[in-house]
Amino acid sequence: MRLLTHNMLSCNIKGVTNGFPLKLEADKWVTKEVDLNADFLRGIFPKIEWSALLAAARVLGFAELPEQADASMLSSDDFLRRFHHALLELHVEEGALVCPETGRKFPINKGIPNMLLHEDEV
Amino acid sequence: MPRPELQAPPEIFYNDSEARKYTTSSRIIEIQARISERALELLNLPNDRVPKLLLDIGCGSGLSGETLSENGHHWIGYDISQSMLDIAVEREVEGDVLLGDMGQGLGLRPGVVDGAISISAVQWLCYADKSSHEPRMRLKAFFGSLYRCLARGARAVLQLYAENMNQSEMIMTYAMRAGFSGGVVVDWPHSSKARKEYLVLTCGPASLQTALPKGKGEDGEMCSDEDDSDDDENQTVGVYERNRPRKKLKVNKKGKSKGKQWVLKKKEQMRRKGNDVPPDSKYTARKRKAYF
Repeated sequence: MRLLTHNMLSCNIKGVTNGFPLKLEADKWVTKEVDLNADFLRGIFPKIEWSALLAAARVLGFAELPEQADASMLSSDDFLRRFHHALLELHVEEGALVCPETGRKFPINKGIPNMLLHEDEV
Repeated sequence: MPRPELQAPPEIFYNDSEARKYTTSSRIIEIQARISERALELLNLPNDRVPKLLLDIGCGSGLSGETLSENGHHWIGYDISQSMLDIAVEREVEGDVLLGDMGQGLGLRPGVVDGAISISAVQWLCYADKSSHEPRMRLKAFFGSLYRCLARGARAVLQLYAENMNQSEMIMTYAMRAGFSGGVVVDWPHSSKARKEYLVLTCGPASLQTALPKGKGEDGEMCSDEDDSDDDENQTVGVYERNRPRKKLKVNKKGKSKGKQWVLKKKEQMRRKGNDVPPDSKYTARKRKAYF
Protein backbone atom coordinates (compact mmCIF):
# COMPACT_ATOMS: atom_id res chain seq x y z
CA MET A 1 0.00 0.00 0.00
CA ARG A 2 1.39 3.39 -0.96
CA LEU A 3 0.97 6.59 1.00
CA LEU A 4 -1.24 7.94 -1.77
CA THR A 5 -3.85 5.38 -0.78
CA HIS A 6 -3.24 5.91 2.93
CA ASN A 7 -3.96 9.59 2.43
CA MET A 8 -7.41 8.83 1.04
CA LEU A 9 -8.58 6.24 3.57
CA SER A 10 -10.81 7.09 6.46
CA CYS A 11 -12.23 4.85 9.18
CA ASN A 12 -15.67 3.62 8.26
CA ILE A 13 -16.88 2.27 11.59
CA LYS A 14 -20.41 3.20 12.58
CA GLY A 15 -20.50 6.19 14.89
CA VAL A 16 -16.96 7.38 14.21
CA THR A 17 -17.00 11.06 13.38
CA ASN A 18 -13.34 11.66 12.75
CA GLY A 19 -11.76 8.61 11.22
CA PHE A 20 -9.02 10.44 9.36
CA PRO A 21 -6.12 10.06 9.23
CA LEU A 22 -5.59 6.43 10.11
CA LYS A 23 -2.41 6.10 12.08
CA LEU A 24 0.20 4.08 10.21
CA GLU A 25 2.13 1.28 11.88
CA ALA A 26 4.70 -0.34 9.64
CA ASP A 27 6.73 -3.46 10.33
CA LYS A 28 7.97 -3.96 6.82
CA TRP A 29 8.15 -1.61 3.89
CA VAL A 30 10.00 -1.37 0.57
CA THR A 31 10.85 1.24 -2.00
CA LYS A 32 9.75 0.65 -5.59
CA GLU A 33 10.93 3.13 -8.16
CA VAL A 34 8.27 4.70 -10.31
CA ASP A 35 8.58 7.31 -13.05
CA LEU A 36 7.84 10.80 -11.89
CA ASN A 37 4.94 12.54 -13.58
CA ALA A 38 4.82 16.21 -12.65
CA ASP A 39 1.35 16.70 -14.13
CA PHE A 40 -0.07 13.99 -11.93
CA LEU A 41 1.63 15.41 -8.84
CA ARG A 42 0.36 18.89 -9.54
CA GLY A 43 -3.13 17.54 -10.11
CA ILE A 44 -3.28 15.44 -6.96
CA PHE A 45 -1.60 17.97 -4.67
CA PRO A 46 -4.79 19.92 -3.79
CA LYS A 47 -6.42 16.69 -2.65
CA ILE A 48 -3.60 15.59 -0.37
CA GLU A 49 -3.86 16.15 3.37
CA TRP A 50 -0.31 17.26 3.92
CA SER A 51 0.03 16.63 7.65
CA ALA A 52 -1.18 13.07 7.23
CA LEU A 53 1.35 12.45 4.46
CA LEU A 54 4.10 14.04 6.52
CA ALA A 55 3.37 11.84 9.54
CA ALA A 56 3.06 8.64 7.52
CA ALA A 57 6.31 9.31 5.65
CA ARG A 58 8.08 9.85 8.96
CA VAL A 59 6.85 6.46 10.19
CA LEU A 60 8.60 4.99 7.16
CA GLY A 61 11.77 6.84 7.94
CA PHE A 62 11.42 9.53 5.29
CA ALA A 63 11.81 12.92 6.93
CA GLU A 64 12.58 15.05 3.91
CA LEU A 65 9.15 16.54 3.37
CA PRO A 66 8.66 20.17 4.44
CA GLU A 67 6.45 20.81 7.46
CA GLN A 68 4.06 22.88 5.42
CA ALA A 69 3.48 22.77 1.70
CA ASP A 70 1.66 25.02 -0.70
CA ALA A 71 1.09 25.02 -4.41
CA SER A 72 3.97 27.38 -5.14
CA MET A 73 6.42 24.64 -4.19
CA LEU A 74 5.21 22.53 -7.09
CA SER A 75 7.44 24.44 -9.47
CA SER A 76 10.51 23.18 -7.62
CA ASP A 77 11.93 19.95 -9.03
CA ASP A 78 13.45 19.11 -5.70
CA PHE A 79 10.12 19.35 -3.93
CA LEU A 80 8.42 17.31 -6.65
CA ARG A 81 10.97 14.53 -6.25
CA ARG A 82 10.45 14.31 -2.51
CA PHE A 83 6.68 14.52 -2.87
CA HIS A 84 6.78 11.82 -5.55
CA HIS A 85 8.94 9.55 -3.45
CA ALA A 86 6.77 9.79 -0.37
CA LEU A 87 3.50 9.47 -2.23
CA LEU A 88 4.22 6.73 -4.75
CA GLU A 89 7.49 4.94 -4.09
CA LEU A 90 7.14 3.80 -0.48
CA HIS A 91 5.15 0.58 -0.15
CA VAL A 92 4.00 -0.75 3.20
CA GLU A 93 4.08 -4.56 3.10
CA GLU A 94 3.28 -5.49 6.70
CA GLY A 95 1.79 -3.33 9.40
CA ALA A 96 -1.53 -1.85 10.39
CA LEU A 97 -3.79 1.16 10.06
CA VAL A 98 -5.24 2.38 13.34
CA CYS A 99 -8.49 4.27 13.72
CA PRO A 100 -7.74 7.53 15.56
CA GLU A 101 -11.02 7.44 17.43
CA THR A 102 -11.57 3.81 18.40
CA GLY A 103 -8.06 2.40 18.24
CA ARG A 104 -9.30 -0.45 16.05
CA LYS A 105 -6.51 -1.94 13.95
CA PHE A 106 -6.84 -2.79 10.29
CA PRO A 107 -3.97 -5.16 9.52
CA ILE A 108 -1.85 -4.89 6.38
CA ASN A 109 -0.53 -8.17 4.98
CA LYS A 110 1.45 -8.59 1.76
CA GLY A 111 0.70 -4.96 1.05
CA ILE A 112 -3.06 -5.48 1.27
CA PRO A 113 -4.89 -3.60 4.04
CA ASN A 114 -7.84 -5.54 5.45
CA MET A 115 -10.60 -2.97 5.78
CA LEU A 116 -13.42 -5.46 6.42
CA LEU A 117 -15.65 -4.32 9.26
CA HIS A 118 -17.11 -6.71 11.82
CA GLU A 119 -20.89 -7.11 11.96
CA ASP A 120 -21.25 -4.74 14.89
CA GLU A 121 -19.19 -2.00 13.30
CA VAL A 122 -21.43 -1.48 10.29
CA MET B 1 -24.84 -24.37 -13.69
CA PRO B 2 -26.60 -21.52 -11.85
CA ARG B 3 -24.96 -18.11 -11.92
CA PRO B 4 -22.11 -17.56 -9.43
CA GLU B 5 -24.20 -15.19 -7.31
CA LEU B 6 -26.62 -18.01 -6.54
CA GLN B 7 -23.93 -20.50 -5.57
CA ALA B 8 -22.05 -18.81 -2.75
CA PRO B 9 -21.00 -15.40 -1.44
CA PRO B 10 -18.20 -13.86 -3.51
CA GLU B 11 -15.45 -14.32 -0.93
CA ILE B 12 -16.24 -18.05 -0.88
CA PHE B 13 -17.01 -18.52 -4.55
CA TYR B 14 -13.74 -16.90 -5.55
CA ASN B 15 -11.53 -19.21 -3.52
CA ASP B 16 -7.94 -20.04 -4.44
CA SER B 17 -8.70 -22.49 -7.21
CA GLU B 18 -11.54 -20.48 -8.74
CA ALA B 19 -9.44 -17.35 -8.53
CA ARG B 20 -6.60 -19.03 -10.36
CA LYS B 21 -8.94 -20.50 -12.98
CA TYR B 22 -10.50 -17.09 -13.51
CA THR B 23 -7.21 -15.35 -13.94
CA THR B 24 -5.57 -17.87 -16.24
CA SER B 25 -8.49 -18.26 -18.61
CA SER B 26 -7.44 -16.40 -21.74
CA ARG B 27 -11.07 -16.02 -22.70
CA ILE B 28 -11.91 -14.30 -19.46
CA ILE B 29 -8.82 -12.13 -19.66
CA GLU B 30 -9.83 -10.97 -23.10
CA ILE B 31 -13.44 -10.27 -22.16
CA GLN B 32 -12.46 -8.38 -19.01
CA ALA B 33 -9.95 -6.30 -20.93
CA ARG B 34 -12.56 -5.34 -23.51
CA ILE B 35 -15.17 -4.49 -20.92
CA SER B 36 -12.64 -2.44 -18.96
CA GLU B 37 -11.62 -0.47 -22.04
CA ARG B 38 -15.24 0.29 -22.75
CA ALA B 39 -15.87 1.32 -19.14
CA LEU B 40 -12.85 3.61 -19.24
CA GLU B 41 -14.15 5.11 -22.47
CA LEU B 42 -17.52 5.73 -20.86
CA LEU B 43 -15.80 7.47 -17.92
CA ASN B 44 -15.25 10.32 -20.35
CA LEU B 45 -12.11 11.55 -18.62
CA PRO B 46 -10.62 14.77 -19.97
CA ASN B 47 -8.21 14.26 -22.81
CA ASP B 48 -5.36 16.11 -21.16
CA ARG B 49 -2.87 13.23 -20.77
CA VAL B 50 -2.77 13.82 -17.02
CA PRO B 51 -3.00 10.58 -15.04
CA LYS B 52 -6.05 10.39 -12.81
CA LEU B 53 -6.80 8.65 -9.52
CA LEU B 54 -9.48 6.04 -10.17
CA LEU B 55 -11.29 3.33 -8.25
CA ASP B 56 -11.73 -0.25 -9.41
CA ILE B 57 -14.55 -1.73 -7.39
CA GLY B 58 -14.48 -5.50 -7.34
CA CYS B 59 -11.00 -5.42 -8.83
CA GLY B 60 -10.44 -9.13 -8.27
CA SER B 61 -7.08 -10.32 -9.54
CA GLY B 62 -6.37 -7.03 -11.26
CA LEU B 63 -7.46 -7.79 -14.81
CA SER B 64 -9.49 -4.61 -15.11
CA GLY B 65 -6.96 -2.57 -13.15
CA GLU B 66 -4.34 -3.42 -15.73
CA THR B 67 -6.38 -1.58 -18.34
CA LEU B 68 -6.35 1.48 -16.09
CA SER B 69 -2.59 1.24 -15.61
CA GLU B 70 -2.02 0.78 -19.32
CA ASN B 71 -3.84 4.05 -19.85
CA GLY B 72 -1.50 5.74 -17.40
CA HIS B 73 -3.81 6.12 -14.42
CA HIS B 74 -3.30 5.42 -10.74
CA TRP B 75 -5.98 3.31 -9.11
CA ILE B 76 -7.17 1.87 -5.83
CA GLY B 77 -8.89 -1.50 -6.04
CA TYR B 78 -11.44 -3.05 -3.69
CA ASP B 79 -12.32 -6.72 -3.50
CA ILE B 80 -13.86 -9.03 -0.94
CA SER B 81 -11.96 -12.15 -1.95
CA GLN B 82 -8.53 -12.60 -0.37
CA SER B 83 -7.72 -15.28 -2.94
CA MET B 84 -8.33 -12.94 -5.85
CA LEU B 85 -6.30 -10.15 -4.25
CA ASP B 86 -3.42 -12.52 -3.55
CA ILE B 87 -3.23 -13.20 -7.25
CA ALA B 88 -3.35 -9.48 -7.99
CA VAL B 89 -0.32 -8.99 -5.75
CA GLU B 90 1.39 -11.98 -7.34
CA ARG B 91 0.86 -10.42 -10.75
CA GLU B 92 2.37 -7.21 -9.40
CA VAL B 93 -0.45 -4.92 -10.39
CA GLU B 94 0.42 -1.26 -10.19
CA GLY B 95 -2.61 -0.17 -8.23
CA ASP B 96 -3.07 -0.56 -4.48
CA VAL B 97 -5.64 -3.19 -3.60
CA LEU B 98 -7.72 -3.32 -0.43
CA LEU B 99 -9.61 -6.20 1.12
CA GLY B 100 -13.03 -4.73 1.71
CA ASP B 101 -16.75 -5.13 1.31
CA MET B 102 -18.29 -2.45 -0.90
CA GLY B 103 -21.61 -2.95 0.89
CA GLN B 104 -19.98 -1.59 4.05
CA GLY B 105 -19.04 1.66 2.34
CA LEU B 106 -15.76 2.59 0.72
CA GLY B 107 -14.26 4.60 3.57
CA LEU B 108 -12.65 7.30 1.42
CA ARG B 109 -12.34 11.03 2.02
CA PRO B 110 -14.85 13.23 0.17
CA GLY B 111 -14.16 14.38 -3.37
CA VAL B 112 -10.78 12.71 -3.85
CA VAL B 113 -11.45 10.29 -6.69
CA ASP B 114 -11.57 11.27 -10.37
CA GLY B 115 -13.61 8.31 -11.56
CA ALA B 116 -14.66 4.78 -10.70
CA ILE B 117 -15.19 1.62 -12.69
CA SER B 118 -16.60 -1.70 -11.66
CA ILE B 119 -16.58 -4.76 -13.86
CA SER B 120 -19.05 -7.56 -13.23
CA ALA B 121 -19.23 -6.90 -9.49
CA VAL B 122 -22.01 -4.64 -8.22
CA GLN B 123 -24.77 -7.20 -8.76
CA TRP B 124 -23.30 -9.21 -5.86
CA LEU B 125 -24.75 -6.55 -3.53
CA CYS B 126 -28.25 -7.75 -4.37
CA TYR B 127 -27.82 -11.15 -2.75
CA ALA B 128 -28.18 -11.43 1.01
CA ASP B 129 -25.59 -13.89 2.22
CA LYS B 130 -25.86 -13.32 5.94
CA SER B 131 -28.96 -12.65 7.96
CA SER B 132 -27.52 -9.28 8.90
CA HIS B 133 -27.09 -8.38 5.26
CA GLU B 134 -29.93 -6.36 3.95
CA PRO B 135 -29.24 -5.76 0.23
CA ARG B 136 -30.97 -2.38 0.36
CA MET B 137 -28.81 -1.14 3.20
CA ARG B 138 -25.72 -2.37 1.45
CA LEU B 139 -26.69 -0.68 -1.81
CA LYS B 140 -27.35 2.50 0.14
CA ALA B 141 -23.99 2.35 1.91
CA PHE B 142 -22.17 1.60 -1.31
CA PHE B 143 -23.72 4.30 -3.47
CA GLY B 144 -23.65 6.86 -0.68
CA SER B 145 -19.95 6.40 -0.05
CA LEU B 146 -19.20 6.24 -3.77
CA TYR B 147 -20.99 9.51 -4.39
CA ARG B 148 -19.14 11.22 -1.55
CA CYS B 149 -15.66 10.18 -2.58
CA LEU B 150 -16.04 11.21 -6.22
CA ALA B 151 -14.97 14.68 -7.28
CA ARG B 152 -17.66 16.95 -8.68
CA GLY B 153 -18.45 16.03 -12.27
CA ALA B 154 -16.67 12.69 -11.97
CA ARG B 155 -18.32 9.56 -13.27
CA ALA B 156 -18.76 6.01 -12.12
CA VAL B 157 -19.21 3.32 -14.75
CA LEU B 158 -20.50 0.04 -13.40
CA GLN B 159 -20.74 -2.90 -15.74
CA LEU B 160 -22.93 -5.51 -14.17
CA TYR B 161 -24.89 -8.67 -14.77
CA ALA B 162 -28.27 -8.08 -13.19
CA GLU B 163 -30.31 -11.24 -12.84
CA ASN B 164 -33.53 -9.53 -13.89
CA MET B 165 -35.21 -6.19 -14.40
CA ASN B 166 -36.10 -5.87 -10.72
CA GLN B 167 -32.46 -6.02 -9.78
CA SER B 168 -31.48 -3.45 -12.40
CA GLU B 169 -34.16 -1.13 -11.14
CA MET B 170 -33.26 -1.60 -7.49
CA ILE B 171 -29.61 -0.81 -8.22
CA MET B 172 -30.58 2.23 -10.26
CA THR B 173 -32.97 3.47 -7.55
CA TYR B 174 -30.27 3.46 -4.90
CA ALA B 175 -27.82 5.15 -7.23
CA MET B 176 -30.31 7.95 -7.88
CA ARG B 177 -31.11 8.30 -4.19
CA ALA B 178 -27.46 8.79 -3.42
CA GLY B 179 -27.48 11.81 -5.71
CA PHE B 180 -26.21 10.39 -8.99
CA SER B 181 -27.70 11.26 -12.34
CA GLY B 182 -27.22 9.06 -15.36
CA GLY B 183 -28.56 6.06 -17.16
CA VAL B 184 -27.80 2.73 -18.71
CA VAL B 185 -25.79 2.15 -21.85
CA VAL B 186 -26.41 -1.25 -23.40
CA ASP B 187 -23.95 -2.69 -25.88
CA TRP B 188 -25.24 -5.35 -28.29
CA PRO B 189 -28.74 -5.36 -26.82
CA HIS B 190 -29.96 -7.98 -29.28
CA SER B 191 -27.35 -10.60 -28.60
CA SER B 192 -27.89 -12.61 -25.45
CA LYS B 193 -24.24 -13.65 -25.48
CA ALA B 194 -22.57 -10.35 -26.16
CA ARG B 195 -24.98 -8.00 -24.42
CA LYS B 196 -23.37 -5.81 -21.75
CA GLU B 197 -25.00 -3.25 -19.52
CA TYR B 198 -23.10 -0.26 -18.16
CA LEU B 199 -24.58 1.90 -15.48
CA VAL B 200 -23.07 5.33 -16.21
CA LEU B 201 -23.45 7.65 -13.23
CA THR B 202 -22.36 11.25 -12.81
CA CYS B 203 -21.90 13.25 -9.66
CA GLY B 204 -23.90 16.42 -9.85
CA PRO B 205 -26.99 17.42 -11.77
CA ALA B 206 -27.83 16.21 -15.24
CA SER B 207 -26.33 18.41 -17.92
CA LEU B 208 -24.74 18.16 -21.33
CA GLN B 209 -21.79 16.50 -19.66
CA THR B 210 -23.94 13.63 -18.51
CA ALA B 211 -25.40 12.87 -21.93
CA LEU B 212 -24.96 9.18 -22.61
CA PRO B 213 -23.42 7.78 -25.78
CA LYS B 214 -25.33 5.19 -27.80
CA GLY B 215 -24.75 1.58 -26.93
CA LYS B 216 -22.89 -0.52 -29.46
CA GLY B 217 -24.92 -2.58 -31.85
CA GLU B 218 -27.92 -0.27 -31.86
CA ASP B 219 -27.37 0.67 -35.48
CA GLY B 220 -27.59 -2.88 -36.64
CA GLU B 221 -23.83 -3.43 -36.38
CA MET B 222 -22.93 -7.06 -36.04
CA CYS B 223 -20.82 -8.05 -33.11
CA SER B 224 -18.45 -10.98 -33.15
CA ASP B 225 -20.24 -13.53 -31.06
CA GLU B 226 -17.30 -15.35 -29.59
CA ASP B 227 -17.65 -14.21 -26.03
CA ASP B 228 -19.92 -16.35 -23.98
CA SER B 229 -21.60 -14.64 -21.08
CA ASP B 230 -24.06 -16.66 -19.09
CA ASP B 231 -26.76 -14.03 -18.86
CA ASP B 232 -29.90 -14.68 -20.78
CA GLU B 233 -32.26 -12.20 -19.26
CA ASN B 234 -34.71 -9.94 -21.05
CA GLN B 235 -33.75 -7.70 -23.91
CA THR B 236 -35.29 -4.40 -22.89
CA VAL B 237 -33.21 -1.30 -22.55
CA GLY B 238 -33.86 0.92 -19.57
CA VAL B 239 -32.95 4.56 -19.53
CA TYR B 240 -33.34 6.28 -16.21
CA GLU B 241 -32.70 9.96 -16.20
CA ARG B 242 -32.76 11.61 -12.83
CA ASN B 243 -34.82 14.38 -14.30
CA ARG B 244 -37.28 12.49 -16.42
CA PRO B 245 -38.47 14.53 -19.40
CA ARG B 246 -41.95 15.50 -18.38
CA LYS B 247 -44.87 15.85 -20.72
CA LYS B 248 -44.96 19.39 -21.96
CA LEU B 249 -47.26 21.37 -19.69
CA LYS B 250 -49.10 24.43 -20.84
CA VAL B 251 -47.34 27.28 -19.09
CA ASN B 252 -50.33 28.74 -17.20
CA LYS B 253 -53.63 27.10 -16.49
CA LYS B 254 -55.73 29.78 -18.09
CA GLY B 255 -53.72 32.91 -18.80
CA LYS B 256 -51.34 32.08 -21.65
CA SER B 257 -53.24 29.17 -23.10
CA LYS B 258 -56.40 31.12 -23.73
CA GLY B 259 -54.52 33.95 -25.36
CA LYS B 260 -54.88 35.55 -28.74
CA GLN B 261 -53.00 32.79 -30.56
CA TRP B 262 -55.33 30.18 -29.21
CA VAL B 263 -58.42 32.13 -30.15
CA LEU B 264 -57.18 32.72 -33.68
CA LYS B 265 -56.33 29.07 -34.05
CA LYS B 266 -59.77 28.01 -32.88
CA LYS B 267 -61.44 30.41 -35.23
CA GLU B 268 -59.46 29.01 -38.13
CA GLN B 269 -60.43 25.48 -37.14
CA MET B 270 -64.12 26.46 -37.09
CA ARG B 271 -63.82 28.07 -40.48
CA ARG B 272 -62.34 24.91 -41.91
CA LYS B 273 -65.25 23.01 -40.50
CA GLY B 274 -67.54 25.29 -42.35
CA ASN B 275 -68.94 27.28 -39.48
CA ASP B 276 -69.90 30.87 -39.68
CA VAL B 277 -67.07 32.76 -38.00
CA PRO B 278 -66.73 36.54 -37.73
CA PRO B 279 -63.69 37.85 -39.59
CA ASP B 280 -60.51 38.51 -37.58
CA SER B 281 -59.74 42.08 -36.77
CA LYS B 282 -57.65 44.09 -34.43
CA TYR B 283 -60.34 43.60 -31.82
CA THR B 284 -60.11 39.80 -31.88
CA ALA B 285 -59.14 38.35 -28.49
CA ARG B 286 -58.28 41.81 -27.20
CA LYS B 287 -58.12 42.04 -23.42
CA ARG B 288 -61.45 43.38 -22.10
CA LYS B 289 -62.13 45.27 -18.94
CA ALA B 290 -62.95 42.97 -16.06
CA TYR B 291 -66.63 43.78 -15.71
CA PHE B 292 -67.38 43.15 -19.42
